[in-house]
Amino acid sequence: MTASSHTLWRFHGGVKLPDHKAESTTEPVAAAPLPQRLILPLRQHIGEAAVPVVKRGEHVKKGQLIARSDTYVGAHLHAPTSGRIALIGDQPVPHPSGLSAPSIVIEADGEDDWGDSRMPPIEDYRNIDPVKLRNRVRDAGIVGLGGAAFPSAVKLNPRPHQKIDTLVINGAECEPYITCDDMLMRTQAETVIAGMHLVRRALKPERCLIGIEDNKPEAIRAMTEALGGEERDNIRIVPIPSIYPTGGERQLVRVLTGREVPSEGLPADVGVVCHNVGTLAAIYRAVVLGEPLISRLVTVTGSGVHRPRNLQVYLGTPVADLIALAGGYTDDVERLIMGGPMMGFALASDAVPIIKGGNCIIAARAADVERPGPVMPCIRCGECVKACPAGLLPQQLYWFSRARDFDKAQEYSLFDCIECGCCAHVCPSNIPLVQYYRFAKNEIWSQERERRQAEAAKQRHELRRERLEREEREKAERMKRKQAAAQQTAPTADGGEDPKQAVIRAALARAQARKAEQAAQDTTAAAPASENDNENR
Amino acid sequence: MRFKTFSSPHMAPARSVNRVMGQVLLALIPGTAAMTWYFGWGVLINVSLAVTVALACEALMLLVRGRTLTPHITDLSAVLAGWLFALAVPPLTPWWVTLVGVGFAMVVAKHLYGGLGYNPFNPAMVGYVVVLISFPREMTLWLSPSVIAELNLSLPQTFAAIFAGTLPDGLTWDMITAATPLDRIQTGVGLAHPISEIQNSPFFGYLGGVGWEWIGLWFLVGGLWLLKRGVIGWQIPVAMLGTLTLLSGLFWLINPETYASPLFHVFSGAAILGAFFIATDPVSASTTPRGRLIFGAGVGALVFVIRTWGGYAEGVAFAVLLMNMMVPLIDHYTQPRVFGKTTAGKEG
Repeated sequence: MTASSHTLWRFHGGVKLPDHKAESTTEPVAAAPLPQRLILPLRQHIGEAAVPVVKRGEHVKKGQLIARSDTYVGAHLHAPTSGRIALIGDQPVPHPSGLSAPSIVIEADGEDDWGDSRMPPIEDYRNIDPVKLRNRVRDAGIVGLGGAAFPSAVKLNPRPHQKIDTLVINGAECEPYITCDDMLMRTQAETVIAGMHLVRRALKPERCLIGIEDNKPEAIRAMTEALGGEERDNIRIVPIPSIYPTGGERQLVRVLTGREVPSEGLPADVGVVCHNVGTLAAIYRAVVLGEPLISRLVTVTGSGVHRPRNLQVYLGTPVADLIALAGGYTDDVERLIMGGPMMGFALASDAVPIIKGGNCIIAARAADVERPGPVMPCIRCGECVKACPAGLLPQQLYWFSRARDFDKAQEYSLFDCIECGCCAHVCPSNIPLVQYYRFAKNEIWSQERERRQAEAAKQRHELRRERLEREEREKAERMKRKQAAAQQTAPTADGGEDPKQAVIRAALARAQARKAEQAAQDTTAAAPASENDNENR
Repeated sequence: MRFKTFSSPHMAPARSVNRVMGQVLLALIPGTAAMTWYFGWGVLINVSLAVTVALACEALMLLVRGRTLTPHITDLSAVLAGWLFALAVPPLTPWWVTLVGVGFAMVVAKHLYGGLGYNPFNPAMVGYVVVLISFPREMTLWLSPSVIAELNLSLPQTFAAIFAGTLPDGLTWDMITAATPLDRIQTGVGLAHPISEIQNSPFFGYLGGVGWEWIGLWFLVGGLWLLKRGVIGWQIPVAMLGTLTLLSGLFWLINPETYASPLFHVFSGAAILGAFFIATDPVSASTTPRGRLIFGAGVGALVFVIRTWGGYAEGVAFAVLLMNMMVPLIDHYTQPRVFGKTTAGKEG
């Protein structure tokens, strides 16, 4: 059997998009020069932020660990070059919110010196055991380089009940404009394939499917060559139709295996692990060369730069540097995007750095990005239903989100929306649908937070009330006991009682004596009781 | 350098409401031309009048509601509503009937419910039903294609008929008007005449009534073009015409002398126009794929029921409005299966 006979499956919806890939593939890949300042946000991945292990002013070597993450879902951070830690503090970071976040800033010394921070290469990597591979991937701070930046070590650690029979390699790169995976496969196919073998040996799947969109014939050719004679029935390069978002993990698993990842599950639940080609190359470098993840391939493209191209970039390099390397902005540049045009986010400033998941920078002119007309009411045409790869009813979700009917939105599976943007792209009314879904999700999350806080507050209040009540009750009981004791001990003044009772009795006796003395002059009768009370306090 | 930020996606959409509406209007041209061929200038005058009234009402209501005229006045939805109304009424309908019908359609059925996108009922059909019920005499002034072809009323004469209600000397309304083929069948069957006998008259052609069958075919051409362009989905037309064919075929097989043939049903009256242009109005139709099948099937079944046993000879308008009422219910129970979820995990 040959690779071409592999059965392909379909996922519902998706859209054909103009791919705009040719612009950035004409120039060969070049290495971006070392920047003077590198900004490294502590949270470049899904999960908790890493914690700095260096101090301001400290000198670090290239590849040295500068921040570590000890949570299961997290990734370490390494110095991309040698230099001095200039600052540990908030810096503008590439994030949809446009806010700043804790980062480490390195002033490069220009030496780019590894010192001895390279991890020891694993000699016998052909027989690497799964735990060793996982630990190395974790030590190297590798995350999914396709854009989602999910810590890769987690994906190499399926739970015992998850039998992995298929390894899916994602070379689809379905978003328009982005070509870094394409260029990686064209120029470093051997590295990708070697990385694949490492993962394959660790996970021991029955088969391995490399999905590449059929608009990348050169990448397919290079990968096939790199695979060489090793292409067998169980390792295949599968050209897949170029339909956005076929490179989405769930969509790709569906197209290649026919399996649907459960709504709230992971590919491992259906026996599949999926890695991006860039991630495989990074895994190879970490294992065989001992290099942590400190640089990546970035596409700098769009009609808003003069010379679109792909660059090998030190993590932490400011976007502005890359723009300069791509010939600078055109006069009519309008929008700057990190990621693809469908799911990427607009940057407020080009001072932000390239991060691990930053696969593409698009500088776009107005005509490429602006909605052609005003936003009109939804006419329920259902184009969005046809386009939605998650099988949702976007027009209904829009309606519920707009009306703030969040219960209904969740009933219509709002959280199955992957924000791919297909619905907004086909909407004849120009409605920014995805924005409404993000709004609704955020509102639901914040309501959920508030609800939890309110619940916690209520619980605290309840506990306090209970405690006060208990104290009150205990006090009352103590008093009752004491009064009872006093009543009992007064008439039966025999021995064997405890000293405290004796004291009370003595006091009572004194009081009674005093009372008797005063009886002639005074009529106060409450004294014994009040004295008794005082003593109790 | 600093930039303004926007939410993704960052690719310009390829469609627009104007384009959708514009394509539907283009697709109406062959059928409208055929109607003009068989029924004379009246059709064009009605279309022009209805479109003018629709645009005027749209502008008026936008002003009353404090909205800007653009983009709504140019979205072509008012033009489409007026045009569809004009195709539904007889070719020499008095001008004030059009005024009342289109006015009601735009003011009440469309704008009082919130304007484009918010109307639960098809505005053109609401307007048509209002005049059908209010002015039954005027609404039966359908012309006989064969008579009209001989008379060849000129444009000024047609104007006079529509705006002044006067006919050229020597002509009376009775001479030029004739019951529609659907009317003839209904009346004839009501009088216990066998269908073969009723159809044995110069009013009937190969498929439906003379003239009507060709009009239907040309609307079919426009409708198929819309399907091919992806402007409308296949579900509603296929389900509606399929159900109509199936039901009428079943009864026709039982007794061809009391029940007209499926071909006659499909190529008479407004079945094709309704299937491709009226029931497919996205705003008032069901919006889920399976819901559209149910919606279309419901319209087809109701058309057959009304034509066969109802008080009106044609039932497309009533059928569409009745199914419009069912839309929220249909949509609720026909949600598609969400990726990664089992049908069991979720209703629908």
